[in-house]
Amino acid sequence: MTIMRKLLTSAVASAMMVGGAQAEISDNTVKIGYLADMSGTYRGLAGPNGLAALKMAVADFGGKVDGAKIEIVTADDRNSPDVASTTVRRWVENDNVDMVAGLVASSVTIAATKVLEESNKLGLVNGSAASSITNEHCTPNHIHYAYDTYPLANGTAGAIVKEGGKTWYILTADYAFGHSMENDVTAVVEKNGGEVVGSIRHPFPTPDFSSFILQAQASGADVIALANAGADTTNAITTAAEFGVTQAGQTIAGLVVFLNDVHALGAEVAQGLQLTTGWYWDLNDETRAWSDRFMEETGDRPTMVHAGIYSSTMQYLNAIEATGSDDSQTVRKQMMDTPINDMFATNGRIREDGRMIHDMYLAEVKTPEESSSEWDLYKIVRTIPADEAFRPLADSNCKLVSSQ
Amino acid sequence: MSQTDIQSDIQASILRQQKTENRRKLILNGVLLVLLLLAPFVLYPVFLMKILCFALFAVAFNLLFGFTGLLSFGHAAFLATGGYTTGYLLSNFSGLTTEMGIIAGTLVATLLGLGFALLSIRRQGIYFAMVTLALAQLVFFFFVQAPFTGGEDGMHGVPRGELFGLINLEDNLNMYYFVLAVFLGCYLLVQRIVSSPYGHVLKAIKQNESRAVSLGYKVDRYKILAFVISAALAGLAGSMKSVVFQLASLNDAHWHMSGEVILMTLIGGMGTLLGPVLGATLVVNIEYQLGQGPLRDWVDPILGGIFVLTVLAFRSGIVGEVQKFVRKNMG
Amino acid sequence: MSMIFGVPIAVLYGQLLIGIINGAFYALLSLGLAVIFGLLKIINFAHGAMYMLGAMATVILFDTLGVNYWVALFLAPVLVGIVGVLVEYFLLRRIAGQDHIYSLLLTFGVALIMQGILTNIYGVSGLRYSMPDVFKGGVNLGFMFLPFYRAWVIVAALLVCFGTWFMIEKTKLGAYLRAGTEDSQLMQGFGINVPLLVSLTYGFGVMLAAFAGVLAAPIYSVTPVMGSHILIVVFAVVVIGGLGSIGGAIITGILMGVVEGLTKTFYPPASSAVIFLVMVVVLMIRPSGLFGKEA
Repeated sequence: MTIMRKLLTSAVASAMMVGGAQAEISDNTVKIGYLADMSGTYRGLAGPNGLAALKMAVADFGGKVDGAKIEIVTADDRNSPDVASTTVRRWVENDNVDMVAGLVASSVTIAATKVLEESNKLGLVNGSAASSITNEHCTPNHIHYAYDTYPLANGTAGAIVKEGGKTWYILTADYAFGHSMENDVTAVVEKNGGEVVGSIRHPFPTPDFSSFILQAQASGADVIALANAGADTTNAITTAAEFGVTQAGQTIAGLVVFLNDVHALGAEVAQGLQLTTGWYWDLNDETRAWSDRFMEETGDRPTMVHAGIYSSTMQYLNAIEATGSDDSQTVRKQMMDTPINDMFATNGRIREDGRMIHDMYLAEVKTPEESSSEWDLYKIVRTIPADEAFRPLADSNCKLVSSQ
Repeated sequence: MSQTDIQSDIQASILRQQKTENRRKLILNGVLLVLLLLAPFVLYPVFLMKILCFALFAVAFNLLFGFTGLLSFGHAAFLATGGYTTGYLLSNFSGLTTEMGIIAGTLVATLLGLGFALLSIRRQGIYFAMVTLALAQLVFFFFVQAPFTGGEDGMHGVPRGELFGLINLEDNLNMYYFVLAVFLGCYLLVQRIVSSPYGHVLKAIKQNESRAVSLGYKVDRYKILAFVISAALAGLAGSMKSVVFQLASLNDAHWHMSGEVILMTLIGGMGTLLGPVLGATLVVNIEYQLGQGPLRDWVDPILGGIFVLTVLAFRSGIVGEVQKFVRKNMG
Repeated sequence: MSMIFGVPIAVLYGQLLIGIINGAFYALLSLGLAVIFGLLKIINFAHGAMYMLGAMATVILFDTLGVNYWVALFLAPVLVGIVGVLVEYFLLRRIAGQDHIYSLLLTFGVALIMQGILTNIYGVSGLRYSMPDVFKGGVNLGFMFLPFYRAWVIVAALLVCFGTWFMIEKTKLGAYLRAGTEDSQLMQGFGINVPLLVSLTYGFGVMLAAFAGVLAAPIYSVTPVMGSHILIVVFAVVVIGGLGSIGGAIITGILMGVVEGLTKTFYPPASSAVIFLVMVVVLMIRPSGLFGKEA
């Protein structure tokens, strides 16, 4: 049955090719696949709320782009690259999915983008943190939109050193992701005249951080940096608060911390924590207006990932409207040529390696006295300009970068 | 009628019964084979290959659990070791043909299995399960930290390459028939093992270990060999999986994977040949199909519910229950 | 400052104390497992989920009904205990007398169900729970800053552990329990309701896990998946101590906390593996664990 459909659609497609109709929307439908962790550890990062953001974007387009219907299909990736690769393959080969959104766990994203590259469809990555996605794993078929570890680590570390945090102690999750962040941070700290006085590689995951916090305290470093993510980070921050780390004058720097993490911790525990974010709901009127709508849908304030999913989908649909085509390369080129100015970014632009660069913000978590509501959590300390924030193309290992 | 007549009569009827049963089996197997050969034209080949890899994994596990009575809670270690080894070799040594990579992965998993077996084989019941779990956790921690696995990112871009340097495995159909051939070979191998004198000793050990000892069997040796074969086949499943998907990831090493293979075996019918295959097909489908549909947020609770239901209501699994039914009503 | 293998003695004291605190946690959790296995021969893979339920209940009771920490300390374990009794009554009872392996598989399924349902309702980002005011701050011991709450954890956990041990090993009720589960027909003959005893024992075992969950709520990230990782570690602890040995579970729990703490100081990357390593070695030398009776 599926074979029949496949044959039919390819027959239709080739008929269109003969007609020379390059600028056509295939089967007169734009189909978006939303692939994310809906049930596991990364559910909070994109999950069901990310799907809500995606649906908001589609609804804002009236469910149609350039006369073609917009459809959404969804799947839980179960944080498994096998599932991701099978799902995406079936989506593009049998269901004519044009674009895949969401994409959280790095293993899932890399597996999915490899399939997208083979089948020449498009992926808009918002959930993943790994900067390798537009570095050694870059493809001409995906865009990494909201953030990655490079600005998170570098933005935070650079800014804190400049503000006088000279000596650093790093708690590193002991696997590839943690190691690469530790290296990034060390480089930035040293470049800015600071010094890394010690580091600990802790197992992933670690349920109890007291032993490591104690060692970090004993080091006497100005700053304790957390080169880990998710539950490891929130557990480390809770324990640090309990052991009076900030009261004793040390600063905690979270390298990969999201609004949902800080919300779970609460201002009382997380106060004084410095972190970098790509977006915050309470930046300006435009962000607040969108966040209010989002909150009506979901009951939560959006994280930068949710906002990124909305914004990137709007950009994508705009590009289809502008070109009248849903061909991946046509759309991607149009997206690269159009500066991004919306509630998510000002003068954002997509580079040839697929990295969307935009201003990032160094934020500090408010004290309970400063915080007026449960989601009023950040004060923006500094804006990190787009060109400083992301990995320079000169350092890129991406095969698409011409200097390579 | 004389007594010898009666005896020969009984023998004849037993023979006849065996014959009908054999014929039934033959027809069933023939139908299944034809279905498997035609399947990739109807269903999605990569998905079918995934099922075959997990089916092989479950068949391997069942050799130990279903036929020897040893519950290993650490079989994920072999699946992952096979996968990572093959993935690493094929990605880094371009001279290697695909089957060499797969053989190497299987060998490393076999050696690991021997190590596990030597350390655990004297433990009984729950202690055996726990030792294998502990050893598998050690392997998991190694894979998390070892740089070549890529940690959470996983290992990607494993080339499928060419079989014997001749057949292009990038083609999904070629790949499918290769996986199918390997799977069938292993399935037949396990079938042979189980019905061989060696297999009968394994079953005897399962039923009553101390009697097997008193009959003079060197029980430990039999168990070690069963463990090693099981580990080797599990490793082979992992190796093929890494070639099929062109990736290897930590999911395969996690203890949940060890739990999942138990579920596959149990639900299909442990101690039967076809059971684990059916169980793997079911579990992979449940995870995948539900993940797409409106129940996608409920996959874990549903799997949990199936676990509970299987243990409570049909411990012999689907195939086991069907066999019971057939014996009762058609014997 | 004097040093041991490059670690200042003062730091080492701190690490030892931290090890004992974590050990008290392990002791509490493994004690519940040991009670359930020792008396009922059930391998309770839902123990991690029960621990999680205890912590989740603490947070949810506070958020919805404003129940404070002290009340939760009793109420949450009781509620989870009731869940435990229901699980025993409706599910585990049906496989009594079968191979223990089936109880492992059944409770594994139960854990998946609980985790999955709560994940759908509460997500996995973690629920917020504030430290009770009494416990804010801490005391400087000279070699380390000891938060009051950690001091409380160690006191509460050890009290409950000792109380449980005393009750089972030294009182009449304990004697009934042990006898009832060993020879149920005899006890039935004495007019004791053995099935009820079994349900209550299972309920009590999971209450201990839930109690640990309440203790964990203010200091660890409370999520529906918090139990799945600790489960395996705690199982290793029980196996090292000797399955079913009540005293063994307590002592081994504390011991393993210290071993893990020292590993975190001298070679952190191995700290999550070390308990499994100890387990393999112990079982090589003593097949029934440190305190287990020879099978």
